[in-house]
Amino acid sequence: MRHYLTVVFALVLAAVISHAAQAQGENATPTPPPAPPPIPTTATVDHSKLKVLQKEFATGTEVTQACISCHNSADDQIMHAIHFTWNYESDSGQTLGKANVINAFCGNVAGNEARCTSCHAGYGWDDMSVTPAEAGVAPDCLVCHDRSGQYTKTSTGAGNPPLDPVKPGTTTITGALAWPVDLTKAAQSVGKPGRDNCGNCHFYGGGGDNVKHGDLSSVLYAPSKEVDVHMAQDGLNFTCSNCHVEDQHSWAGSRYDTVAKDVVGRGKPGAVRTAATCESCHDSDPHPMDIKGMKLNDHTDKVACQTCHIPEFARGGVATKTFWDWSTAGRLDAAGKPMHESNFIQSDGQALHTYLSTKGDFEWEEDVVPHYAWFNGHVEYATDEVIDPTATVEVNRINGTADGADSRIWPFKRMEGRQAYDTGSNKLAYSHVWGPTTDTAFWTNFNWPKAIEAGMKAAGQEYSGNFDFVDTQMYWPITHMVAPAKDALNCGSCHAEDGRLDGIAAVYMPGTDPRSPVGLAGMALFLLTVLGVGIHIILRIVGGRKGGTDHG
Amino acid sequence: MARRFVKVYPRFERLWHWTQMVMIMILMFTGFGLNGLHSLLPFGPAVMLHTLAALVLLAIWIFATFWLFTTGTWRQFIPQIEGLFKMARFYAYGVFRGEEPPYQKIFWRKHNPLQALTYFGLKVVVFPAIWGSGLLYLTYNFWAADEGSTFMLYVIANVHLLAAYVIAAFVVIHVYLLTVGHGFRAHVRPMVTGYDCIDLTSEQEAYLETNEPGRLMPKKG
Repeated sequence: MRHYLTVVFALVLAAVISHAAQAQGENATPTPPPAPPPIPTTATVDHSKLKVLQKEFATGTEVTQACISCHNSADDQIMHAIHFTWNYESDSGQTLGKANVINAFCGNVAGNEARCTSCHAGYGWDDMSVTPAEAGVAPDCLVCHDRSGQYTKTSTGAGNPPLDPVKPGTTTITGALAWPVDLTKAAQSVGKPGRDNCGNCHFYGGGGDNVKHGDLSSVLYAPSKEVDVHMAQDGLNFTCSNCHVEDQHSWAGSRYDTVAKDVVGRGKPGAVRTAATCESCHDSDPHPMDIKGMKLNDHTDKVACQTCHIPEFARGGVATKTFWDWSTAGRLDAAGKPMHESNFIQSDGQALHTYLSTKGDFEWEEDVVPHYAWFNGHVEYATDEVIDPTATVEVNRINGTADGADSRIWPFKRMEGRQAYDTGSNKLAYSHVWGPTTDTAFWTNFNWPKAIEAGMKAAGQEYSGNFDFVDTQMYWPITHMVAPAKDALNCGSCHAEDGRLDGIAAVYMPGTDPRSPVGLAGMALFLLTVLGVGIHIILRIVGGRKGGTDHG
Repeated sequence: MARRFVKVYPRFERLWHWTQMVMIMILMFTGFGLNGLHSLLPFGPAVMLHTLAALVLLAIWIFATFWLFTTGTWRQFIPQIEGLFKMARFYAYGVFRGEEPPYQKIFWRKHNPLQALTYFGLKVVVFPAIWGSGLLYLTYNFWAADEGSTFMLYVIANVHLLAAYVIAAFVVIHVYLLTVGHGFRAHVRPMVTGYDCIDLTSEQEAYLETNEPGRLMPKKG
């Protein structure tokens, strides 16, 4: 009996200690990251000395007002740019942009605003049915220009920063426990955007580190040369905007309308080009004019630079999500509580979720060999189109043809998954997943019918009331994480049977098909010749006489 | 008539022949590798070697063409009908019965009619095909246009490949036929030493002894 009591006592003690430790973890003061390394600048203004910035700011909007008291066109510029509008009129005629499309990750913004718009470059856009300008949303200057490193936004605050007092448990857009932001310090620190400014949103798209793009992860805050030859701190130390050059707060480089084949190159000496292409620096014949370089230059009309120079993506130790099955979401544990499984161990030892009751099943991959396809830069979305539910739905279609003058072979991350669609209209369905206070949000209530009905309503769509799940694929052009030249693909990676471009090239590629019709004809000719010689030899031997005489 | 050892292959022609032989071997080895038949060399280095060997061969060919026309040697390669049938009959029949080859090498004509026709075909059809397609292949960047280049490349590459197989077949027959007639060593030796045993008329012999004594090997004994 005494023994039994000892055991119970020990268990209670252990529980108390672990609970205390947990409580301590929750109460630990979250600390902001240190200030990022300064970016070389030719600016002639020290913002910390400006009177207009030497005050206490109560809200982010107040900081913006201070900014535009001098930068009096900046707000107008940014409010017409995609970072603010989340709206993009595509060359294909479709209206794209985050505000409109359904993707293969969290699906849609409508109905999930405050969570999704946590990364909006403005303060308080919480309704997709109106534009942020109509909603009177002020642009957020600091999210891009803060150089103090301690500015951030909360993960569910529609773009607002965590301010003192921060509600316990609040997290930032990168998933860290939130600290109170010092707006004055941030305002006085402003400068050109660094990798951290862009990365705090773009590295965490899709709800976590490198979930979405595959070639944009937290590794790029301070990458090695092997991961990114341009951004390496001990190398060129590029920021994002070294390539994504800016003009009036609009940036070169688009996933919706990509310059898949840049025929302008460096342009005329001294001419300014607003292009994020490799060619805008490296020109269209980038390899040296020697016997090897000339042959490599032969490829640039059909093969994108990225295809050889980004041999794998999700490099440097952070995996990317490659599969997301929403249809299995909602399974609860025996106690009726949301559950998770973490069966993928990343190379840094971290276990990543492979199942969440909120989101379904996932797969992850590191050092991923891309999917290759002809691409002319034009992308069309299946959003609001009638789909064929018996086939795999391409959430975004990448256009391009082998004989098209505008197309080249590009590398892509191919995201696969299963997503909801309306069985009445055969259109991809919008879903309401985030909404801690609603009785329809899937992540709170685990009820698909309610979540989809609410999502369709939020998006202003007609809904038949019936849904099912369909296999989907989505394509993400791979263009970051350019490897050093020594790590570029070898010729044999593609010029081989079953090479990387097997089946998609549709152009003559030596080494890929020795048994082509002409190859077989040649082999037949050669073998018949050998056969003829063989018969000739046999007949000479059978003839019993030496063929001719050797006069020596 | 006198049988004399006469220099039939001057130094340049032998250098041309053997350089060509080595380069063609390299080109066939690397080329069929690039086509995917083997992977004994990595693709990149194989491309470099193939290109360099082709450029060396091209240089030799420029010299050889010049030499053929300035020395009049080009006439050796003009095919003739006369004796062609006899030669074909010999290879197809006579050789099995131990007959003597019907063609005797003469001073101004070192190839038998069948040989001359073969070389003529090589020089006029097959070599231009492989050179032309190879140079177009190599210089793709300089002529490729946006439209149609993909199809042109397909045609060019297949012409190149087919010509390569024809040359491979030629090499097999060429080497094999060295064993027919006077025998392998007797056939290879002139291309090494330059001298071959030729029936000379007394006039030819007298001419050579007087005007080109260096082309005659002194009589034995």
